[in-house]
Amino acid sequence: MNISYIILIPLVPLAVFLLLGINSQKIKPAISGYIGVLGLSISAALSLYTAYQYFLVQGKVDGVYQTFVSKTVWMKFTETLHIDMGILIDPISVMMLVVVSIVSLMVHIYSRGYMKGDEGYTRFFAFLSLFSFSMYGLVLATNLFQIYIFWELVGVSSFLLIGYYYTKPSAVAAAKKAFIVTRFADLGFLIGILIMGYFAGTYDFQTLNNPEGSVILNWASTSFMGLSVITWALLLIFMGGAGKSAMFPLHIWLPDAMEGPTPVSALIHAATMVVAGVYLVARLFPMFYFVENGFALNIVAYVGAFSSLFAAIIAITQTDIKRVLAFSTMSQIGYMMLALGVSGYDGHEGVGYMASMFHLFTHAMFKALLFLCAGSVIHAVHSNYLKDMGGLRKYMPITNITFLIAALAIAGVPPFAGFWSKDEILVAAFEHNMLIYYVGVFVAGLTAFYMFRIYFGIFWGKEKEYEHAPHESPKSMTFPLLFLAVLSMVAGFIPFSEFVSPDKVGFEAHLNYPLAAIATSVGLLGIILAWIFYKKENSLSDRFAMAFGPFYKWTSDKFYFDEIYLFITKKILFNNVSAPLAKFDKKYVDGTMEGVGNKTVWLSGKIKGLQSGKVQDYAFSFVMGAVIIALVFIYLWTN
Amino acid sequence: MNFSSFLLMRQEILLLTIILLLLVAEISISKSKKQSIVHLALFLFGIHTIIGFFPMETGNLFGGMFRNTALIHFFKNVLNVGVFILLLQSADWLQEKIVDQNKGAEFFILLFSSLLGMYFMISAGDFLMFYLGLELSTLPVAALAAFEVTKRISSEAGIKLILSAALASGVSLFGVSMLYATSGSIYFDEIMAVISSTNLTILGFILFFAGLAFKISLVPFHFWTADVYEGAPISVASYLSVISKGAAVFILMILLFTVLKPLMHVWVNIIYVIAIATMFIGNLFALRQQNMKRFLAFSSIAQAGFILLGLITGTQLGTATIIYFVLIYIFSNLAAFGVVQAISLKTGKENMNDYEGLYRTNPNLSLVMMLALFSLAGIPPVAGFFGKFFLFTAAASEGYYLLVFIAVANVTISLYYYLLVVRAMFLRTSDQAIPYFKNKLYMRLGLLVTVVGILVLGLYSPLYDYIFELSKNLN
Repeated sequence: MNISYIILIPLVPLAVFLLLGINSQKIKPAISGYIGVLGLSISAALSLYTAYQYFLVQGKVDGVYQTFVSKTVWMKFTETLHIDMGILIDPISVMMLVVVSIVSLMVHIYSRGYMKGDEGYTRFFAFLSLFSFSMYGLVLATNLFQIYIFWELVGVSSFLLIGYYYTKPSAVAAAKKAFIVTRFADLGFLIGILIMGYFAGTYDFQTLNNPEGSVILNWASTSFMGLSVITWALLLIFMGGAGKSAMFPLHIWLPDAMEGPTPVSALIHAATMVVAGVYLVARLFPMFYFVENGFALNIVAYVGAFSSLFAAIIAITQTDIKRVLAFSTMSQIGYMMLALGVSGYDGHEGVGYMASMFHLFTHAMFKALLFLCAGSVIHAVHSNYLKDMGGLRKYMPITNITFLIAALAIAGVPPFAGFWSKDEILVAAFEHNMLIYYVGVFVAGLTAFYMFRIYFGIFWGKEKEYEHAPHESPKSMTFPLLFLAVLSMVAGFIPFSEFVSPDKVGFEAHLNYPLAAIATSVGLLGIILAWIFYKKENSLSDRFAMAFGPFYKWTSDKFYFDEIYLFITKKILFNNVSAPLAKFDKKYVDGTMEGVGNKTVWLSGKIKGLQSGKVQDYAFSFVMGAVIIALVFIYLWTN
Repeated sequence: MNFSSFLLMRQEILLLTIILLLLVAEISISKSKKQSIVHLALFLFGIHTIIGFFPMETGNLFGGMFRNTALIHFFKNVLNVGVFILLLQSADWLQEKIVDQNKGAEFFILLFSSLLGMYFMISAGDFLMFYLGLELSTLPVAALAAFEVTKRISSEAGIKLILSAALASGVSLFGVSMLYATSGSIYFDEIMAVISSTNLTILGFILFFAGLAFKISLVPFHFWTADVYEGAPISVASYLSVISKGAAVFILMILLFTVLKPLMHVWVNIIYVIAIATMFIGNLFALRQQNMKRFLAFSSIAQAGFILLGLITGTQLGTATIIYFVLIYIFSNLAAFGVVQAISLKTGKENMNDYEGLYRTNPNLSLVMMLALFSLAGIPPVAGFFGKFFLFTAAASEGYYLLVFIAVANVTISLYYYLLVVRAMFLRTSDQAIPYFKNKLYMRLGLLVTVVGILVLGLYSPLYDYIFELSKNLN
């Protein structure tokens, strides 16, 4: 399969970024939007073509999906250990290309309407292109170091876009928070990479992931504190993934990241960047599965399950619709993680892996849709808060219908996309770990409940007094909504298991009717409860909140994790470690340096008399210099 | 020896022809058309530079008094390119100030004569030819330094240079006579065969070395530098700091690495001490200079100190790194002098605080200056970084870690004063900032070539490999 043209997929957005970034003052906003959309359309068309070629035409040889790699050595350390730059084509990277392309293109189109009239319009599209470039690069990476480079680039893009409204202090704070928290996690990632490089001797994914390769077979050769060093490396790499994917306890940045423009939340903080952690685990899945009998994979499963439950509970009590969606995202990513965590490797055993990727795919569609709908609503009522919304279904019919479709999809109602992928996840959990299965089912119910809570709150309920009558968004915004709504309805029918599986052979997945029935009824139960509570304005919800008392308060304050982190960093770290260190630095390190500098200048002043300006002095120095050198080197310093 | 072997002296003959042509032109061009002498000289020298790149035979002439090797040929081309850039940068000054006084051709004749002297000096196969070349390269420059006769400071520079140079060459000749006394020959090859480290040889070497150290401005033979640079016309200061110094470094390197190799155990120590002294003195004096020409004078002293790090190694690596460094230094320093020249010509201002706010009014000039200073300071990715880096690598590979450490400390000091200029241009604002002006074509070309050189030389590695290959013949 010819893969050389695939390099264009990341390069086109990069070119757009450079073009718009360098000329941001010169290009008219109207044009920059078109340039951005055009660039992404090219990448998207190439991605879809690649997917078609790979999955349906040329990718399969003897019933196994092949891995195609094209790379050059970038930095060479030893014969085996080198950093390459290149592209790697296999089922999950192609699937991710499709996800990134579709969502990014839709967000580009949507932003043309949503950001209209904004001052930094061109800058916004430049950053979106930078992000798309970085994300494509991340997806196509051939080795740990390359993925790390693009990993940081998406982090930077995310930072720039969250802080897009840089005059708003809360946006600046949120951008910093997102960057620092994920950077902290990436420290673990980097250490993991270095450990891997030292003990496995390579960064290359293909070498690392080979089940018969020396890395996987010899995992037990070196151990540290009771675990194989390779397991340690995997856990540290997972720490990076957990940071990017907002897994507990590194999730605190995601809700705040909602300060960015809503299209950004849809693209980066719902569909693509935040699932990078899932992608990373999937990328190294054979290692996670085989090394130390899947110890690290178990950790992934439990972290995923806990985060999923934790976020779903918080989502119920939030009043800012974007924050509800943010916690919902965290919860759904937890779902993907737990699916990876309970997956096997061969044939049908790999259903968890397949389901995780499937859910990543469908979730990207309906969650991006939810965010874009939320953006449409916010665009209409100029507020993020549920209390300012109600009865909007009359004013915004398209947003209403598409939001409903997305909500049904995430709630797992057949035949919408979320039902199929969620069902596979629950099947995988049921077959491997009952505890995680129960958590999964419970979270499915919670998801349906909180999602319909905001659905009824926004589109039904009592009409609020709006300053001016809300109206449906322009076509540039409703088109992406409709497009993604269609995908949210049909994406579930893609025979995903034939395309994506750990051993790349593919298998046939069947609907497990009893499990599907349980999951669906739990989902419907959640919807009905939400209907009772929120369909009409009533005091039922307040009474429940009262009944739960302090627990409700904890939940709506997100279990005080922000406060705990602030206490640890500000009170303990800053006061007891950073402040003394800063003092030491100022007093002794700076003092020494300044002293040396001052002494140099002082010396320079002292010797200036040597240059008297008199030529006879110069001649004297010349002769004396020669004589002294002669005396010293003839009589004293001889060897 | 047949007639065609004179072609070994092709470059000398050609340059001499140009000098004679200019003499004739001076006589035959009518007074109203004197401006054209600048164009003519530039054109002729441009041709000469291009012809210089044509391949040449290698070999000896006059029983070994004159020799040509691939490395010498390459270095003459380097000097040619440097002089050509210098001429481009000086053309405006000549046309506006010098030609009126009917001294245009004189300038070129003197300058080319000096260059001719350098050719002979670096091609020398014995001490006689070397000494003649040295004198021929120095004396015209003294006249050039005093070229602006209406300025007292220029005459002062001329007289200081001629007095110091006379002393230096006298001492040097005295040294050569001692070497002759102990070895019985003035031919390099014969001296190399018999030389041994007796006290008289070492004394002879030290005195001879002092003469060349004077040209390179090594401490303590450097005192003339600042005064002469300050007083002389900028083109001449630029010539002294770039071309003259480059040629002297080159011949010193050849002599140390071949003829005087048997004395290496002596001269490494001398160079060790002088390197440290030169770096420190150059840098410490540069710290407090306000006049840009004096500033560049001390900076060029400090740069000479860095060159000694390559000289101390005595290896092929050392040779290659020195030539590479000198090449980069020529471009960087010419760029810096070019900007000083352009500004001085338009405004007469030569002080650092006159440069305040220059970036706002003349961004392009400021950027050229910044690049030049970054290159001199050795900030990546401009060429100067690689030049210094390779020099330090060469010294470190011979085990001179302490010396490299001292050099790095000196780079830090130098960074401070180079950045002082950058700060004045970019960060300071001034009510009396130099107003915007546009340079003429020659000056712009002259600056453009240096900028390209600074940017490209650092990144284009085949050039270094080529120099490294050439350096093989020497050792």
